[in-house]
Amino acid sequence: MWAIETKALTKTYTQGRIFRKPIVALDHLDLQVAPGEIFGYIGHNGAGKTTTFKLILGLIQPTSGDAWILGESTKRVETRHKIGFLPEQPYFYEYLTATQFLDFYAQLFGMDRSLRKRRIAELLDIVGLSHAVSTALRHFSKGMLQRIGLAQALINDPEVIVLDEPMYGLDPVGRKEVRDLILNLKQQGKTVIFSSHILADVEMICDRVAILSQGRLQRVEKTGGLFEKSQRQYELIVRDLDEHAFSELRKLALEVRRQMEGVVLIIPDEATTEIAQAVIREHHGKLVALTPRTPSLESLFIDEVRGDGLRGDHKTQKKTGTKEKAA
Amino acid sequence: MKKIGAICLNTFREAVKDKVFCNLLFFAILVIGLSVLIGNLAIGEDEQVIQDISLAAMSLFGVLIAVMVGISLVYKEIDRRTIYTVITKPIRRYEFLLGKYLGLLLTLLINVGVMTIALFLVIRLQGYTFNLEILWAIVLIFFELALITAIAILFSTFASPAMSAAFTFCFYLIGHLTQDLLQAGRESQSVMFANMSRWLYYLLPNLDLFNIRGEMVRAIPVSMQYITYSIFYGVLYASALLLLAMLIFQRREFN
Repeated sequence: MWAIETKALTKTYTQGRIFRKPIVALDHLDLQVAPGEIFGYIGHNGAGKTTTFKLILGLIQPTSGDAWILGESTKRVETRHKIGFLPEQPYFYEYLTATQFLDFYAQLFGMDRSLRKRRIAELLDIVGLSHAVSTALRHFSKGMLQRIGLAQALINDPEVIVLDEPMYGLDPVGRKEVRDLILNLKQQGKTVIFSSHILADVEMICDRVAILSQGRLQRVEKTGGLFEKSQRQYELIVRDLDEHAFSELRKLALEVRRQMEGVVLIIPDEATTEIAQAVIREHHGKLVALTPRTPSLESLFIDEVRGDGLRGDHKTQKKTGTKEKAA
Repeated sequence: MKKIGAICLNTFREAVKDKVFCNLLFFAILVIGLSVLIGNLAIGEDEQVIQDISLAAMSLFGVLIAVMVGISLVYKEIDRRTIYTVITKPIRRYEFLLGKYLGLLLTLLINVGVMTIALFLVIRLQGYTFNLEILWAIVLIFFELALITAIAILFSTFASPAMSAAFTFCFYLIGHLTQDLLQAGRESQSVMFANMSRWLYYLLPNLDLFNIRGEMVRAIPVSMQYITYSIFYGVLYASALLLLAMLIFQRREFN
């Protein structure tokens, strides 16, 4: 059983009052998040990340398709007992103190007074706000608001936690605290799905990451999988190349740069690297360096969003992606 | 019920910290206090004038509070996106809306209570006895406010605060004219107008039903049957409006 599962989840809006033009915000999303996983959900603005979360949480209704949390339909209100949610750039009831605020949300879960009291104290401690129990939220800093927001998302000890941009507006220390908190939730066996624009954070803590572009799921990768041999690129630095060799190598490379130390070639895979080496040998070129290059999440993301993604089909990439830069 | 209670209490907390509420309540009490000065001008009838002005202030400021606070409560939740964290908890949308409504009613109850105490003090300080019959007029003022709040909540589920305020005030004005509308229809030569006025009379709220202020102040007896009927009418009409609001709110998308 998946912690989160969606099948052909689609959301279409219409634009314009007279000529109603359909806008697809999310297009047949098939997603599976395993229990106990930290799942990163990335995409540019308007890619459909928040739409996915809103559909899962019932804030909006899907045009078609379904979603389940731990096997239960997200249409059921009872399913929300298992979910914790922190929206993007949240705004909270500023007239409440931290304790009143958490107590309000605890009551929405029907928790009794003693359990509420215990859970609130525990959570304020976890998010490092024990010193601010009686402070009204209007006096909270941005980081403190994000932390109290996380506390409300965890008030019901949920099994699945959905966080929309949890690192938004936080300084490096705040981001580390949120990362640690997410890792701690994983240790407790919780499932966390979160969106973020800070790809370093996603790469650092996620088990898997999904890239979304224009409402479509482009790919789902294990973060370890980003470094798999099959997806590894190679950087070759070559000297003493004649023009004929250079033009042949250009056809094989994803990227070509001329630098002080020689011509730098980015070759998409191991097999092509061997062909390139043969070309260099044949034309008496000098191979100065050969370095395996693991694509970062950022480069992967940018490639996907540009639409010339690394999908194991380097021929396609070569057609569209070969660039030559002069150093 | 626990969940509705939590929303109700939170709404009450928010409403009483609303500057609009505090200012209107302050002015209402000020008018009740100042009614003494105007009462002094009406020699021999000062007690009646004080009661008349005070009850009118109670009704007018109550309506202003019901509309101004009522229209913004749901809108603010959506605009500030606080609703995202509430609706995503295991709470049904109708429970949320009912909680908001009851929270506002609680606020209005406190508001009417405070104004009643102010009226009581003013009358006692003038050396008169507080006529308990006046309380029936206040009870009906409260039920009128409950109905107006339901109108405000209904509009706030789909319209902007400005539109909701305009619609609610229109309903308030028309609600006090339905009796005249029916009468005009009866006296009209046009069958179509007569039919239309009758339908509008039944469709629109008859807010004049809740006005027994004049009778109570002048000690004109009003039957318990009339009072019970007015309360029943208010509860039924407000329930129908809330039901409609819930149906709209259920389908609402929070983009």
